[in-house]
Amino acid sequence: MLEWLSQPWHWSVSGILLAGVMVTLLFLEKSFGMSATMRTMCAIGGAGKKIKFFDFDWSTQKWNLIFMLGVVFGGVLASTFLSSSEPVDLSVSTVDNLKNMGVAVPTVYTDSFVPSNLFTFDQLYTVRGFVLIIIGGFMIGFGARYAGGCTSGHAISGLANLQLPSLIAVVGFFIGGIIMTHLLLPVILQL
Amino acid sequence: MKGLKYLVLGTLFGVTMIKSEAASWYRIHEMFRFESFHMFGIIGVAVVLGAILVAIIKKKHLKTLKGTKVPLHPKSMSIPRYLIGGTIFGLGWAMTGACPGPLYALIGQGTWILIVVVISALLGTLVYGALREKLPH
Repeated sequence: MLEWLSQPWHWSVSGILLAGVMVTLLFLEKSFGMSATMRTMCAIGGAGKKIKFFDFDWSTQKWNLIFMLGVVFGGVLASTFLSSSEPVDLSVSTVDNLKNMGVAVPTVYTDSFVPSNLFTFDQLYTVRGFVLIIIGGFMIGFGARYAGGCTSGHAISGLANLQLPSLIAVVGFFIGGIIMTHLLLPVILQL
Repeated sequence: MKGLKYLVLGTLFGVTMIKSEAASWYRIHEMFRFESFHMFGIIGVAVVLGAILVAIIKKKHLKTLKGTKVPLHPKSMSIPRYLIGGTIFGLGWAMTGACPGPLYALIGQGTWILIVVVISALLGTLVYGALREKLPH
């Protein structure tokens, strides 16, 4: 059983599980949205005293923090019991391009999640590492709140509810992602 | 233990993010290069199946387990808010290769550097909150 679960999961299985999690939350009176946890954490940290946006009753969001702890625990479970023996199976053209840009390509499963030569604490002292890790993280937090949601809230919950605002947000996700991947990332990697 | 169900659902989501490789920087990079169907398959199935289930909930006027209305609120319309905010998020997503859900799952997996990404994201959230009134919405 564990061996079977340890293989990389097919995209359709993952898609079905995501829809299942979203709809189950709906029946529990909750809306699926991961970036909302960040607003809640700011509120718990006391940001509401100075900034109105964080001045709300965060106890209504406790469930989402518990959900978030579950996500972390899911990562623990997956790495402890469900490690695959194969690295991520990328398309040949993606791998070639990454090699040309000097990005480490995964050869084992444990290197399949972040490039081992970019996402390290040492890289924080380089310009490219600082930009990717610190500025990248900042934009995720800023952009998600500005757009009122991230991938879970807009691309999954919002689109499933046929919300035009969510479609506009997802178009934005792709405009930003394409500009970064094709135009800016090759430059940042040279820094 | 009221919170247990959320813990279980979160765990299922976290394991799914890792095992579907949606939490892989490489999969996100490949998606934005349109060189694999993988990520589009995951999101596509989630959206289509989700839309069918949401349509059934609406059509049959299904209630939550507590007997209340299912929280399917229409989002207020705006173009600049979603387009600018979305684009900024997309730029960050293609840099870190992870959106908030996968970030948490990867930290659980022991990729400690991503704690720095989460702290930066919290800072970004804080700055948005501070500048909110001055931004076009």
